[in-house]
Amino acid sequence: MKTILHLRVNGQDHEVYVAVHKTLLEVLREDLNLTGTKHGCELGECGTCTVLVDGEPVLSCLALPIELQGREITTVEGLADGATPHPLQTAFAELGAAQCGYCTPGVLMASKTLLDHNPHPSRDEIKHALAGNLCRCTGYAKIYEAVELASKT
Amino acid sequence: MRSFKYYTATSWEDAVATLGKYKNAQIVAGGSDVLGWIKDELTGPGAPLADVLIDIRTIPNTSYINYDATAGLKLGALTTLTTVAESSDVQKNYPGLATAAVSPASPSIRNVGTIGGNIMQRPRCWYLRGANFPCYKKGGDFCFSVTGENQYHAILQGELCYIVHPSDTAPALISLNATANVMGPNGAKQIPFDQFFIGPRTNVLKETVLEHNEILTEIVVPPPAANTKSVFMKVTQRGVYDFALVSIAVAAQIVNGVWQDGRVVLGGVAPTPYRATDAEAALKGKKIDANVALQAAQDTLVKARPMSQNAYKVDIAKNIIVQAVTSLVS
Ligand SMILES: Cc1cc2nc3c(=O)[nH]c(=O)nc-3n(C[C@H](O)[C@H](O)[C@H](O)COP(=O)(O)OP(=O)(O)OC[C@H]3O[C@@H](n4cnc5c(N)ncnc54)[C@H](O)[C@@H]3O)c2cc1C
Ligand code: SF4
Ligand code: FES
Ligand code: FES
Repeated sequence: MKTILHLRVNGQDHEVYVAVHKTLLEVLREDLNLTGTKHGCELGECGTCTVLVDGEPVLSCLALPIELQGREITTVEGLADGATPHPLQTAFAELGAAQCGYCTPGVLMASKTLLDHNPHPSRDEIKHALAGNLCRCTGYAKIYEAVELASKT
Repeated sequence: MRSFKYYTATSWEDAVATLGKYKNAQIVAGGSDVLGWIKDELTGPGAPLADVLIDIRTIPNTSYINYDATAGLKLGALTTLTTVAESSDVQKNYPGLATAAVSPASPSIRNVGTIGGNIMQRPRCWYLRGANFPCYKKGGDFCFSVTGENQYHAILQGELCYIVHPSDTAPALISLNATANVMGPNGAKQIPFDQFFIGPRTNVLKETVLEHNEILTEIVVPPPAANTKSVFMKVTQRGVYDFALVSIAVAAQIVNGVWQDGRVVLGGVAPTPYRATDAEAALKGKKIDANVALQAAQDTLVKARPMSQNAYKVDIAKNIIVQAVTSLVS
């Protein structure tokens, strides 16, 4: 069963003709060529596929895009302001908070929501907000420090 | 993911009628459990792969929280766990439920996961979630956990199948004497959550009394009686983002440190949320202290029948009963 979907991604309207059982993750990567959002466990267990829907983090691997028409979807590609990286991206680069980088897009998106709601979070608040984003490389310390650095800029 | 037809329901009646039309149709609420199930291609005589998904998020007025001091709390089944946990009415009047609603999974799952879906989610036994294990729960004739890896399985009331019920909110709702409003082909009905969950001996293929074409529409929690205190606690292997090894919800009326009446419900120990009536009996009329709580814990766990790898849960369950009960008077 295929259908036409109207999706608003990073401030742009898109029309795609896709199978209804495709997840948001698959439509973003395969039909909209937005490959910044990563494909990990596919079962809600890792958080690397995190995108924002109306500003709140959601797992794109467990979301059906047909249900998200008319909502504001933001991916990591929508984070920078033109050529100017988001303060979170600058902080992650400066502190080396990404190693293999596979978790980074999801971590950035969850961190963006946190800073939008709470510009100066405590370490505990950062840990809570990122509880659903697993990182196999950094041991998290650099990630927390980068979010703290971004919150000061 | 396998293909399916997608249907958007316009009313509860519409969803019930559509379920009745398709034998293998499934409800989708937040989708965080059911999509994982379809992706894992879980199937078997008792668990056919869904070929039709009926989205109930499109039914109007199904996500709400209404609190009233005489009528109590009404939660629309489609209310997200985040919304329940952040509600000041829930936090103030039912702290145990507020904590339980913030305990499952991660913020991004709680943003889409609904309270109805949390109650109706399927178990997490790894053999059940593996396509290659045709166990009892999928309609097969074997339980792989008995001779296999059973460290996360049941210590109480397991027979045939040894799953533990995965929901964090279910024990809290039972402790608060909540009721389910259900819509089916014959209209609406009420079922107390205390009688909502069923064990494998009653029907190994499902975990609740609901039939294929019945839908949970609303959760009703009575107003807390005077002097009620409630608490939810959960022990996990990881700090966050993990199912309960053991969880507990306690709600009780306590006057001058004396337990008048109340409920103790354990999660993670049995195929259903486990109402620890032995603990309740041991606590009734007693001035609460660590010794009384320990007696209640011992009276409960004396019935435990741990499997080859999960005896550690007996100790956790004892300790969590003592902690939760004594926390109400500290
Ligand atoms: C990685 C991960 C970790 C998790 N950890 C926890 C945890 O620690 N504790 C915990 O409690 N939960 C946990 N969960 C489960 C999570 O909370 C549930 O997935 C979520 O609450 C289900 O809600 P949903 O709306 O997404 O349900 P869906 O996936 O839409 O539905 C779940 C099931 O219930 C049925 N259903 C849904 N709504 C209704 C209804 N109103 N009436 C009848 N049937 C219905 C569906 O058909 C389906 O079978 C975890 C999930 C994941 C993916
Ligand atoms: S415990 Fe239940 S779900 Fe798990 S293998 Fe045994 S029968 Fe299947
Ligand atoms: S890919 Fe979505 S949570 Fe892992
Ligand atoms: S940097 Fe490799 S997983 Fe996080």
